[in-house]
Amino acid sequence: MSRAPIDTLRLTAEEALGLLERKEVSARELWDAYRAAIDARDEELHCFLTHVDEPNGEGVPIALKDVIGTKGIETTAGSKILKGFVPVYDSTVARRCKDAGLATLGKTNTDEFAMGSSTENSAFGPSRNPWDPSRVPGGSGGGSAAAVAGGLAPWALGSDTGGSIKQPAALCGIVGLRPTYGTVSRYGIVAFASSLDQVGPTTKTVRDCALLYRIIAGRDPNDSTTADVPAVELPEREDLKGVRVGVPRQMVEAEGIEPGVRDAFERTLELARELGAEVGECELPLSVEYGLPCYYLVAPAEASSNLSRYDGVRYGLRAPDAGYHEMVMRTRDEGFGDEPKRRIMLGTYALSAGYYEAYYGQAQKVRTVIRREHADAFERFDVLVSPTSPTVAFELGAKTQDPLAMYANDLLTIPSCMAGLPGLNVPCGLSEGLPVGLQLIGPQFAENTLFAVGHALERAIGFDYVPKRLR
Amino acid sequence: MAITREQVLHVAKLAHLDLTVEEVDRFREQLSAILDAVSKVSELDLADVPPTSHPLELVNVWRDDEPSPSLPLDDVFANAPERDGDFFRVPPTGEVREP
Repeated sequence: MSRAPIDTLRLTAEEALGLLERKEVSARELWDAYRAAIDARDEELHCFLTHVDEPNGEGVPIALKDVIGTKGIETTAGSKILKGFVPVYDSTVARRCKDAGLATLGKTNTDEFAMGSSTENSAFGPSRNPWDPSRVPGGSGGGSAAAVAGGLAPWALGSDTGGSIKQPAALCGIVGLRPTYGTVSRYGIVAFASSLDQVGPTTKTVRDCALLYRIIAGRDPNDSTTADVPAVELPEREDLKGVRVGVPRQMVEAEGIEPGVRDAFERTLELARELGAEVGECELPLSVEYGLPCYYLVAPAEASSNLSRYDGVRYGLRAPDAGYHEMVMRTRDEGFGDEPKRRIMLGTYALSAGYYEAYYGQAQKVRTVIRREHADAFERFDVLVSPTSPTVAFELGAKTQDPLAMYANDLLTIPSCMAGLPGLNVPCGLSEGLPVGLQLIGPQFAENTLFAVGHALERAIGFDYVPKRLR
Repeated sequence: MAITREQVLHVAKLAHLDLTVEEVDRFREQLSAILDAVSKVSELDLADVPPTSHPLELVNVWRDDEPSPSLPLDDVFANAPERDGDFFRVPPTGEVREP
Protein backbone atom coordinates (compact mmCIF):
# COMPACT_ATOMS: atom_id res chain seq x y z
CA MET A 1 0.00 0.00 0.00
CA SER A 2 1.45 3.35 -0.91
CA ARG A 3 0.35 6.65 0.51
CA ALA A 4 1.38 10.27 0.27
CA PRO A 5 4.29 11.17 2.56
CA ILE A 6 3.38 13.00 5.76
CA ASP A 7 3.58 16.75 5.11
CA THR A 8 4.59 18.07 8.53
CA LEU A 9 4.26 21.69 7.35
CA ARG A 10 0.60 21.25 6.53
CA LEU A 11 -0.62 18.49 8.89
CA THR A 12 -2.56 19.71 11.93
CA ALA A 13 -2.35 17.85 15.25
CA GLU A 14 -6.05 17.03 14.93
CA GLU A 15 -5.39 15.44 11.52
CA ALA A 16 -2.41 13.57 12.94
CA LEU A 17 -4.63 12.22 15.74
CA GLY A 18 -7.11 11.06 13.08
CA LEU A 19 -4.39 9.31 11.06
CA LEU A 20 -3.28 7.44 14.18
CA GLU A 21 -6.81 6.53 15.23
CA ARG A 22 -7.66 5.17 11.80
CA LYS A 23 -4.29 3.39 11.78
CA GLU A 24 -3.40 5.07 8.49
CA VAL A 25 0.02 5.86 9.90
CA SER A 26 1.85 4.41 12.86
CA ALA A 27 3.15 6.48 15.75
CA ARG A 28 6.65 5.59 14.60
CA GLU A 29 6.02 6.90 11.06
CA LEU A 30 4.67 10.14 12.50
CA TRP A 31 7.67 10.50 14.83
CA ASP A 32 10.08 9.78 11.99
CA ALA A 33 8.42 12.39 9.77
CA TYR A 34 8.95 15.12 12.39
CA ARG A 35 12.46 13.90 13.12
CA ALA A 36 13.21 14.15 9.39
CA ALA A 37 11.83 17.71 9.34
CA ILE A 38 14.03 18.56 12.33
CA ASP A 39 17.06 17.07 10.59
CA ALA A 40 16.26 19.07 7.46
CA ARG A 41 15.51 22.47 8.99
CA ASP A 42 16.61 22.80 12.61
CA GLU A 43 20.20 23.60 11.75
CA GLU A 44 18.94 26.79 10.11
CA LEU A 45 16.04 27.61 12.47
CA HIS A 46 17.56 26.47 15.80
CA CYS A 47 14.17 25.79 17.37
CA PHE A 48 15.48 23.10 19.71
CA LEU A 49 18.03 23.12 22.50
CA THR A 50 17.69 19.36 23.04
CA HIS A 51 16.53 16.68 20.61
CA VAL A 52 15.08 13.44 21.92
CA ASP A 53 16.12 10.32 19.99
CA GLU A 54 13.45 7.82 20.98
CA PRO A 55 9.72 8.50 21.44
CA ASN A 56 8.34 8.24 24.98
CA GLY A 57 4.73 7.86 23.82
CA GLU A 58 2.55 6.25 21.18
CA GLY A 59 0.59 9.37 20.27
CA VAL A 60 1.18 12.63 18.39
CA PRO A 61 4.61 14.11 19.10
CA ILE A 62 5.02 17.45 20.90
CA ALA A 63 7.78 19.98 21.54
CA LEU A 64 8.16 21.50 25.00
CA LYS A 65 9.67 24.86 25.84
CA ASP A 66 12.85 24.43 27.82
CA VAL A 67 11.42 26.00 30.98
CA ILE A 68 9.21 22.91 31.35
CA GLY A 69 10.80 20.35 33.65
CA THR A 70 11.13 16.94 31.97
CA LYS A 71 12.37 13.92 33.89
CA GLY A 72 15.56 12.59 32.36
CA ILE A 73 15.71 15.30 29.66
CA GLU A 74 18.02 18.28 30.14
CA THR A 75 16.12 21.45 31.08
CA THR A 76 18.09 24.70 30.92
CA ALA A 77 15.58 27.55 30.58
CA GLY A 78 17.99 28.90 27.97
CA SER A 79 20.54 29.66 30.69
CA LYS A 80 24.16 28.71 31.20
CA ILE A 81 23.47 28.46 34.92
CA LEU A 82 21.27 25.38 34.28
CA LYS A 83 23.38 23.80 31.54
CA GLY A 84 23.49 20.06 32.15
CA PHE A 85 20.59 20.14 34.64
CA VAL A 86 18.49 16.99 34.24
CA PRO A 87 15.25 17.06 36.26
CA VAL A 88 14.55 14.04 38.47
CA TYR A 89 10.80 14.47 38.20
CA ASP A 90 8.29 15.61 35.56
CA SER A 91 6.42 18.89 35.70
CA THR A 92 2.67 18.35 35.88
CA VAL A 93 2.20 19.50 32.26
CA ALA A 94 4.94 17.15 31.01
CA ARG A 95 3.28 14.35 32.99
CA ARG A 96 -0.14 15.17 31.52
CA CYS A 97 1.31 15.17 27.99
CA LYS A 98 2.90 11.76 28.66
CA ASP A 99 -0.35 10.40 30.08
CA ALA A 100 -2.09 11.51 26.87
CA GLY A 101 0.54 9.59 24.88
CA LEU A 102 2.25 12.67 23.43
CA ALA A 103 5.88 11.86 22.61
CA THR A 104 8.44 14.55 23.47
CA LEU A 105 10.39 15.56 20.34
CA GLY A 106 12.67 17.83 22.29
CA LYS A 107 13.05 21.02 24.30
CA THR A 108 12.63 24.32 22.51
CA ASN A 109 14.72 27.44 22.65
CA THR A 110 13.74 30.38 24.83
CA ASP A 111 15.10 33.69 25.96
CA GLU A 112 17.04 33.03 29.16
CA PHE A 113 14.51 32.34 31.95
CA ALA A 114 11.80 33.37 29.45
CA MET A 115 12.97 36.98 29.67
CA GLY A 116 12.76 38.52 26.24
CA SER A 117 10.77 38.99 23.05
CA SER A 118 13.04 37.51 20.37
CA THR A 119 14.99 34.47 21.75
CA GLU A 120 18.12 36.59 21.31
CA ASN A 121 18.61 36.43 25.09
CA SER A 122 19.05 32.65 24.94
CA ALA A 123 22.48 31.66 26.22
CA PHE A 124 22.58 29.14 23.37
CA GLY A 125 21.93 31.47 20.44
CA PRO A 126 18.70 32.72 18.84
CA SER A 127 16.04 30.82 16.91
CA ARG A 128 15.03 32.08 13.49
CA ASN A 129 11.68 32.83 11.92
CA PRO A 130 10.57 30.18 9.39
CA TRP A 131 9.01 32.92 7.23
CA ASP A 132 12.36 34.74 6.96
CA PRO A 133 15.39 33.35 8.77
CA SER A 134 17.03 36.79 8.93
CA ARG A 135 14.24 37.74 11.37
CA VAL A 136 13.41 36.75 14.94
CA PRO A 137 10.56 34.34 15.73
CA GLY A 138 9.53 36.47 18.72
CA GLY A 139 9.99 35.46 22.31
CA SER A 140 10.44 34.20 24.76
CA GLY A 141 8.79 31.08 23.30
CA GLY A 142 10.27 31.62 19.85
CA GLY A 143 11.61 28.07 19.66
CA SER A 144 8.17 26.53 20.16
CA ALA A 145 6.49 28.93 17.71
CA ALA A 146 9.15 28.47 15.04
CA ALA A 147 9.02 24.68 15.48
CA VAL A 148 5.26 24.59 14.86
CA ALA A 149 5.32 27.14 12.00
CA GLY A 150 8.28 25.41 10.39
CA GLY A 151 6.69 21.94 10.53
CA LEU A 152 9.22 20.62 13.07
CA ALA A 153 6.48 19.77 15.58
CA PRO A 154 2.71 19.38 15.20
CA TRP A 155 2.18 21.43 18.34
CA ALA A 156 4.16 22.71 21.30
CA LEU A 157 3.89 24.12 24.77
CA GLY A 158 5.15 27.54 25.70
CA SER A 159 4.99 29.70 28.80
CA ASP A 160 3.77 33.27 29.01
CA THR A 161 4.53 35.94 31.58
CA GLY A 162 3.91 39.11 29.56
CA GLY A 163 3.40 37.83 26.02
CA SER A 164 5.83 34.94 25.52
CA ILE A 165 3.23 32.67 23.89
CA LYS A 166 1.04 35.21 22.10
CA GLN A 167 3.78 37.40 20.57
CA PRO A 168 5.89 34.60 19.02
CA ALA A 169 2.69 32.98 17.70
CA ALA A 170 1.85 36.32 16.05
CA LEU A 171 5.32 36.71 14.53
CA CYS A 172 5.36 33.12 13.21
CA GLY A 173 1.77 33.06 11.87
CA ILE A 174 0.31 30.42 14.17
CA VAL A 175 -2.13 30.12 17.07
CA GLY A 176 -1.06 30.63 20.68
CA LEU A 177 -3.06 30.65 23.91
CA ARG A 178 -2.06 32.23 27.17
CA PRO A 179 -4.67 30.64 29.45
CA THR A 180 -6.35 32.25 32.45
CA TYR A 181 -3.97 32.44 35.39
CA GLY A 182 -4.47 29.33 37.51
CA THR A 183 -5.86 27.01 34.84
CA VAL A 184 -2.59 25.21 34.08
CA SER A 185 -0.26 23.89 36.74
CA ARG A 186 3.12 25.56 37.21
CA TYR A 187 4.51 22.62 39.22
CA GLY A 188 7.91 21.75 37.78
CA ILE A 189 8.15 24.85 35.58
CA VAL A 190 11.22 27.06 35.91
CA ALA A 191 9.75 30.11 37.66
CA PHE A 192 10.14 33.66 36.34
CA ALA A 193 7.34 35.79 37.85
CA SER A 194 4.99 33.59 39.82
CA SER A 195 1.91 35.83 39.86
CA LEU A 196 2.04 36.01 36.05
CA ASP A 197 3.60 32.80 34.64
CA GLN A 198 1.23 30.53 32.71
CA VAL A 199 1.90 27.53 30.45
CA GLY A 200 -0.11 27.29 27.23
CA PRO A 201 -0.36 25.73 23.74
CA THR A 202 1.24 26.85 20.49
CA THR A 203 -0.52 25.25 17.52
CA LYS A 204 -1.43 25.57 13.84
CA THR A 205 -5.19 25.90 14.37
CA VAL A 206 -7.60 27.03 17.06
CA ARG A 207 -9.07 23.51 17.30
CA ASP A 208 -5.60 22.07 17.90
CA CYS A 209 -5.18 24.71 20.58
CA ALA A 210 -8.40 23.63 22.32
CA LEU A 211 -7.38 19.97 22.11
CA LEU A 212 -4.01 20.62 23.73
CA TYR A 213 -5.45 22.98 26.33
CA ARG A 214 -7.90 20.22 27.27
CA ILE A 215 -4.92 17.93 27.97
CA ILE A 216 -2.95 20.33 30.15
CA ALA A 217 -5.61 22.35 32.02
CA GLY A 218 -7.05 21.50 35.41
CA ARG A 219 -6.49 21.65 39.11
CA ASP A 220 -3.26 20.21 40.46
CA PRO A 221 -2.73 19.33 44.13
CA ASN A 222 0.94 20.25 43.62
CA ASP A 223 0.12 23.85 42.63
CA SER A 224 -2.23 25.57 45.06
CA THR A 225 -2.70 28.50 42.65
CA THR A 226 -4.62 26.25 40.24
CA ALA A 227 -8.41 26.36 40.02
CA ASP A 228 -11.17 24.15 38.66
CA VAL A 229 -11.50 24.64 34.92
CA PRO A 230 -14.75 24.54 32.87
CA ALA A 231 -14.95 21.61 30.41
CA VAL A 232 -13.17 22.52 27.18
CA GLU A 233 -15.42 22.67 24.12
CA LEU A 234 -14.00 22.06 20.65
CA PRO A 235 -15.16 25.01 18.54
CA GLU A 236 -17.57 24.26 15.69
CA ARG A 237 -19.41 27.52 15.04
CA GLU A 238 -18.74 29.36 11.80
CA ASP A 239 -20.56 32.60 12.53
CA LEU A 240 -20.31 35.28 15.21
CA LYS A 241 -24.01 36.17 15.49
CA GLY A 242 -24.71 37.96 18.73
CA VAL A 243 -21.04 38.05 19.81
CA ARG A 244 -20.10 41.44 21.23
CA VAL A 245 -16.56 42.37 20.16
CA GLY A 246 -14.90 45.31 21.91
CA VAL A 247 -12.07 47.30 20.36
CA PRO A 248 -10.04 49.12 23.03
CA ARG A 249 -9.42 52.52 21.45
CA GLN A 250 -6.10 53.10 23.21
CA MET A 251 -4.77 49.78 21.91
CA VAL A 252 -5.50 50.36 18.26
CA GLU A 253 -4.38 53.99 18.47
CA ALA A 254 -1.15 53.08 20.30
CA GLU A 255 2.06 54.57 19.00
CA GLY A 256 4.30 52.28 17.02
CA ILE A 257 1.68 50.07 15.35
CA GLU A 258 2.88 49.50 11.79
CA PRO A 259 0.45 50.54 9.01
CA GLY A 260 0.44 47.00 7.56
CA VAL A 261 -0.44 45.55 10.96
CA ARG A 262 -3.25 48.07 11.32
CA ASP A 263 -4.61 47.24 7.83
CA ALA A 264 -4.72 43.50 8.55
CA PHE A 265 -6.45 44.20 11.87
CA GLU A 266 -9.06 46.49 10.26
CA ARG A 267 -9.80 43.89 7.57
CA THR A 268 -10.36 41.32 10.32
CA LEU A 269 -12.81 43.61 12.11
CA GLU A 270 -14.72 43.91 8.84
CA LEU A 271 -14.85 40.09 8.58
CA ALA A 272 -16.09 39.88 12.17
CA ARG A 273 -18.95 42.24 11.28
CA GLU A 274 -19.77 40.16 8.18
CA LEU A 275 -19.95 37.06 10.40
CA GLY A 276 -22.55 38.81 12.52
CA ALA A 277 -20.51 40.19 15.40
CA GLU A 278 -21.51 43.44 17.06
CA VAL A 279 -18.30 45.43 17.01
CA GLY A 280 -17.99 48.44 19.31
CA GLU A 281 -15.36 50.67 20.85
CA CYS A 282 -14.25 50.54 24.47
CA GLU A 283 -11.70 52.25 26.69
CA LEU A 284 -8.64 50.91 28.51
CA PRO A 285 -6.73 54.17 29.02
CA LEU A 286 -4.76 53.38 32.19
CA SER A 287 -4.13 49.74 31.26
CA VAL A 288 -2.42 50.75 28.05
CA GLU A 289 -0.55 53.74 29.45
CA TYR A 290 0.62 52.12 32.69
CA GLY A 291 0.61 48.40 31.83
CA LEU A 292 4.19 48.24 30.58
CA PRO A 293 5.78 50.17 33.50
CA CYS A 294 3.65 48.17 35.94
CA TYR A 295 4.83 44.90 34.39
CA TYR A 296 8.48 45.94 34.43
CA LEU A 297 8.26 46.46 38.18
CA VAL A 298 6.17 43.44 39.18
CA ALA A 299 7.86 40.86 36.95
CA PRO A 300 11.49 41.78 37.80
CA ALA A 301 10.63 42.00 41.51
CA GLU A 302 9.25 38.48 41.47
CA ALA A 303 12.11 37.31 39.25
CA SER A 304 14.71 38.66 41.67
CA SER A 305 13.15 36.49 44.35
CA ASN A 306 12.67 33.38 42.17
CA LEU A 307 16.18 33.52 40.75
CA SER A 308 17.79 33.73 44.17
CA ARG A 309 17.68 29.90 44.24
CA TYR A 310 20.52 29.70 41.72
CA ASP A 311 23.37 29.76 44.19
CA GLY A 312 25.64 26.93 43.07
CA VAL A 313 24.75 24.78 46.09
CA ARG A 314 22.16 22.16 45.10
CA TYR A 315 22.16 22.09 41.30
CA GLY A 316 23.33 24.02 38.27
CA LEU A 317 26.59 25.80 37.70
CA ARG A 318 29.11 26.26 40.52
CA ALA A 319 32.03 28.59 39.95
CA PRO A 320 35.17 27.49 41.79
CA ASP A 321 36.08 29.70 44.73
CA ALA A 322 37.74 29.39 48.11
CA GLY A 323 34.87 30.88 50.14
CA TYR A 324 31.11 30.30 50.16
CA HIS A 325 29.90 33.86 49.57
CA GLU A 326 32.45 34.46 46.83
CA MET A 327 31.39 31.18 45.22
CA VAL A 328 27.71 32.21 45.19
CA MET A 329 28.39 35.66 43.77
CA ARG A 330 30.80 34.41 41.13
CA THR A 331 28.45 31.55 40.13
CA ARG A 332 25.62 34.02 39.54
CA ASP A 333 27.78 36.47 37.65
CA GLU A 334 29.14 33.73 35.37
CA GLY A 335 25.88 31.81 35.02
CA PHE A 336 23.34 34.56 34.29
CA GLY A 337 23.31 36.52 31.04
CA ASP A 338 22.67 40.25 30.77
CA GLU A 339 18.86 40.20 30.75
CA PRO A 340 18.36 38.15 33.95
CA LYS A 341 21.01 40.30 35.63
CA ARG A 342 19.24 43.50 34.57
CA ARG A 343 15.92 42.20 35.84
CA ILE A 344 17.36 40.85 39.08
CA MET A 345 18.98 44.24 39.71
CA LEU A 346 15.82 46.15 38.80
CA GLY A 347 13.67 43.87 40.94
CA THR A 348 16.01 43.97 43.90
CA TYR A 349 16.04 47.77 43.68
CA ALA A 350 12.22 47.95 43.44
CA LEU A 351 11.90 45.76 46.54
CA SER A 352 14.65 47.36 48.61
CA ALA A 353 14.08 49.40 51.76
CA GLY A 354 12.92 52.92 50.99
CA TYR A 355 11.74 52.09 47.44
CA TYR A 356 9.26 49.26 48.06
CA GLU A 357 6.15 51.44 48.42
CA ALA A 358 6.99 53.80 45.57
CA TYR A 359 7.77 51.03 43.09
CA TYR A 360 6.54 47.53 43.88
CA GLY A 361 3.68 48.61 46.15
CA GLN A 362 2.50 51.22 43.65
CA ALA A 363 2.75 48.72 40.76
CA GLN A 364 0.52 46.27 42.66
CA LYS A 365 -2.08 49.02 42.95
CA VAL A 366 -1.83 49.82 39.26
CA ARG A 367 -2.56 46.15 38.73
CA THR A 368 -5.87 46.57 40.53
CA VAL A 369 -6.69 49.51 38.27
CA ILE A 370 -5.94 47.39 35.19
CA ARG A 371 -8.18 44.58 36.47
CA ARG A 372 -11.03 47.03 37.10
CA GLU A 373 -10.77 48.60 33.64
CA HIS A 374 -10.95 45.19 32.00
CA ALA A 375 -13.85 44.11 34.21
CA ASP A 376 -15.74 47.24 33.12
CA ALA A 377 -15.08 46.46 29.45
CA PHE A 378 -16.40 42.92 29.91
CA GLU A 379 -19.68 44.31 31.23
CA ARG A 380 -20.41 45.29 27.62
CA PHE A 381 -18.34 42.89 25.53
CA ASP A 382 -17.68 39.14 25.25
CA VAL A 383 -14.18 39.55 23.83
CA LEU A 384 -11.73 42.38 23.28
CA VAL A 385 -9.55 42.47 20.17
CA SER A 386 -6.36 44.26 19.14
CA PRO A 387 -3.22 43.51 17.18
CA THR A 388 -1.02 41.14 19.23
CA SER A 389 2.28 42.76 18.30
CA PRO A 390 2.67 46.35 17.09
CA THR A 391 5.11 45.11 14.42
CA VAL A 392 5.79 42.09 12.26
CA ALA A 393 8.93 40.02 12.92
CA PHE A 394 12.02 42.24 13.09
CA GLU A 395 15.59 41.57 11.97
CA LEU A 396 17.94 39.79 14.35
CA GLY A 397 20.01 42.34 16.23
CA ALA A 398 17.60 45.23 15.56
CA LYS A 399 16.72 45.76 19.23
CA THR A 400 19.39 43.97 21.24
CA GLN A 401 21.26 47.13 22.23
CA ASP A 402 18.20 48.89 23.65
CA PRO A 403 16.33 47.01 26.40
CA LEU A 404 13.47 49.53 26.40
CA ALA A 405 12.86 49.12 22.66
CA MET A 406 12.72 45.34 23.20
CA TYR A 407 10.30 45.74 26.13
CA ALA A 408 7.94 47.82 23.94
CA ASN A 409 7.13 44.69 21.87
CA ASP A 410 4.86 43.60 24.68
CA LEU A 411 2.83 46.82 24.91
CA LEU A 412 -0.42 45.17 23.77
CA THR A 413 0.01 41.72 25.32
CA ILE A 414 0.92 42.85 28.83
CA PRO A 415 -2.24 44.57 30.17
CA SER A 416 -4.42 41.44 30.07
CA CYS A 417 -1.60 39.37 31.59
CA MET A 418 -1.51 41.74 34.55
CA ALA A 419 -5.24 41.08 35.03
CA GLY A 420 -4.84 37.28 34.81
CA LEU A 421 -7.00 37.13 31.67
CA PRO A 422 -6.75 34.58 28.86
CA GLY A 423 -5.49 35.73 25.47
CA LEU A 424 -5.46 33.99 22.11
CA ASN A 425 -3.39 34.87 19.06
CA VAL A 426 -4.91 34.05 15.70
CA PRO A 427 -3.00 34.89 12.49
CA CYS A 428 -4.98 37.50 10.54
CA GLY A 429 -2.98 38.31 7.43
CA LEU A 430 0.35 39.40 6.06
CA SER A 431 2.20 42.70 6.06
CA GLU A 432 5.29 42.95 3.87
CA GLY A 433 5.05 39.18 3.42
CA LEU A 434 5.20 38.49 7.18
CA PRO A 435 2.43 37.28 9.50
CA VAL A 436 0.25 39.65 11.53
CA GLY A 437 -1.46 38.42 14.69
CA LEU A 438 -4.87 39.22 16.11
CA GLN A 439 -5.16 39.20 19.90
CA LEU A 440 -8.44 38.06 21.46
CA ILE A 441 -8.87 38.72 25.18
CA GLY A 442 -11.63 37.21 27.29
CA PRO A 443 -12.81 37.30 30.90
CA GLN A 444 -11.20 34.84 33.32
CA PHE A 445 -12.03 31.20 32.44
CA ALA A 446 -13.61 32.20 29.09
CA GLU A 447 -11.24 30.06 27.00
CA ASN A 448 -14.24 28.43 25.29
CA THR A 449 -15.42 31.84 24.06
CA LEU A 450 -11.95 32.63 22.73
CA PHE A 451 -11.83 29.28 20.92
CA ALA A 452 -15.30 29.81 19.40
CA VAL A 453 -14.59 33.35 18.20
CA GLY A 454 -11.04 32.49 17.13
CA HIS A 455 -12.21 29.47 15.17
CA ALA A 456 -14.92 31.38 13.29
CA LEU A 457 -12.50 34.17 12.42
CA GLU A 458 -9.76 31.72 11.44
CA ARG A 459 -12.09 30.10 8.93
CA ALA A 460 -13.18 33.45 7.51
CA ILE A 461 -9.62 34.79 7.30
CA GLY A 462 -8.32 31.67 5.56
CA PHE A 463 -4.71 32.36 6.54
CA ASP A 464 -2.21 29.83 5.14
CA TYR A 465 0.08 28.97 8.05
CA VAL A 466 2.76 27.34 5.88
CA PRO A 467 5.56 29.91 5.46
CA LYS A 468 5.63 31.08 1.83
CA ARG A 469 9.25 30.16 1.18
CA LEU A 470 8.60 26.57 2.33
CA ARG A 471 5.44 25.92 0.26
CA MET B 1 16.18 58.99 37.23
CA ALA B 2 19.93 58.46 37.26
CA ILE B 3 21.25 55.96 39.74
CA THR B 4 24.79 56.14 41.01
CA ARG B 5 27.62 53.66 40.74
CA GLU B 6 27.39 53.13 44.50
CA GLN B 7 23.68 52.25 44.23
CA VAL B 8 24.45 49.74 41.48
CA LEU B 9 27.13 48.15 43.65
CA HIS B 10 24.81 48.11 46.66
CA VAL B 11 21.98 46.42 44.71
CA ALA B 12 24.45 43.95 43.16
CA LYS B 13 25.58 43.01 46.64
CA LEU B 14 21.99 42.50 47.81
CA ALA B 15 21.36 40.35 44.72
CA HIS B 16 24.56 38.33 45.19
CA LEU B 17 26.00 39.36 41.85
CA ASP B 18 29.73 39.86 41.51
CA LEU B 19 29.58 42.34 38.60
CA THR B 20 32.61 43.25 36.54
CA VAL B 21 33.64 46.93 36.24
CA GLU B 22 32.31 46.98 32.69
CA GLU B 23 28.95 45.55 33.83
CA VAL B 24 28.61 48.12 36.60
CA ASP B 25 28.97 50.96 34.12
CA ARG B 26 26.66 49.44 31.53
CA PHE B 27 23.95 48.50 34.04
CA ARG B 28 24.11 51.93 35.66
CA GLU B 29 23.21 53.49 32.33
CA GLN B 30 20.55 50.92 31.35
CA LEU B 31 18.92 50.73 34.79
CA SER B 32 18.69 54.52 34.94
CA ALA B 33 16.79 54.53 31.63
CA ILE B 34 14.51 51.67 32.71
CA LEU B 35 13.80 53.25 36.10
CA ASP B 36 12.90 56.48 34.29
CA ALA B 37 10.34 54.57 32.25
CA VAL B 38 8.83 52.53 35.09
CA SER B 39 8.68 55.49 37.50
CA LYS B 40 5.67 56.52 35.43
CA VAL B 41 3.52 54.48 37.84
CA SER B 42 4.09 57.14 40.50
CA GLU B 43 2.07 59.68 38.45
CA LEU B 44 -1.15 58.04 39.61
CA ASP B 45 -2.76 58.85 42.94
CA LEU B 46 -3.79 55.41 44.17
CA ALA B 47 -3.95 55.99 47.92
CA ASP B 48 -7.40 54.35 48.16
CA VAL B 49 -6.74 51.45 45.77
CA PRO B 50 -5.94 48.06 47.30
CA PRO B 51 -2.94 46.20 45.82
CA THR B 52 -3.34 43.06 43.69
CA SER B 53 -0.90 40.38 44.74
CA HIS B 54 -2.69 37.55 42.96
CA PRO B 55 -4.96 37.61 39.89
CA LEU B 56 -7.45 35.02 41.18
CA GLU B 57 -9.39 35.50 44.36
CA LEU B 58 -8.50 32.16 45.89
CA VAL B 59 -8.47 31.83 49.67
CA ASN B 60 -7.30 29.02 51.88
CA VAL B 61 -6.52 26.39 49.30
CA TRP B 62 -5.96 23.16 51.17
CA ARG B 63 -5.21 19.64 50.13
CA ASP B 64 -5.62 16.46 52.10
CA ASP B 65 -2.82 15.89 54.56
CA GLU B 66 -1.81 12.52 53.18
CA PRO B 67 1.76 11.38 53.59
CA SER B 68 3.46 10.44 50.35
CA PRO B 69 7.03 9.43 49.58
CA SER B 70 9.61 12.18 49.11
CA LEU B 71 12.29 12.07 46.44
CA PRO B 72 14.93 9.41 47.11
CA LEU B 73 18.18 10.98 48.36
CA ASP B 74 20.11 9.88 45.30
CA ASP B 75 17.62 11.83 43.15
CA VAL B 76 17.94 14.87 45.39
CA PHE B 77 21.71 14.84 44.94
CA ALA B 78 21.62 13.88 41.25
CA ASN B 79 22.42 17.44 40.11
CA ALA B 80 24.55 18.50 43.08
CA PRO B 81 27.85 20.19 42.22
CA GLU B 82 29.43 18.44 45.22
CA ARG B 83 27.97 15.77 47.51
CA ASP B 84 29.44 14.63 50.80
CA GLY B 85 27.44 11.71 52.14
CA ASP B 86 23.94 13.04 52.75
CA PHE B 87 25.06 16.67 52.57
CA PHE B 88 25.61 19.29 49.87
CA ARG B 89 29.23 20.28 50.26
CA VAL B 90 30.09 23.99 49.87
CA PRO B 91 33.27 26.02 50.35
CA PRO B 92 33.87 27.32 53.92
CA THR B 93 31.39 29.98 54.98
CA GLY B 94 33.65 31.75 57.48
CA GLU B 95 37.19 32.96 57.27
CA VAL B 96 39.69 30.26 56.52
CA ARG B 97 42.41 30.35 59.19
CA GLU B 98 45.86 29.02 58.49
CA PRO B 99 46.74 26.37 61.12
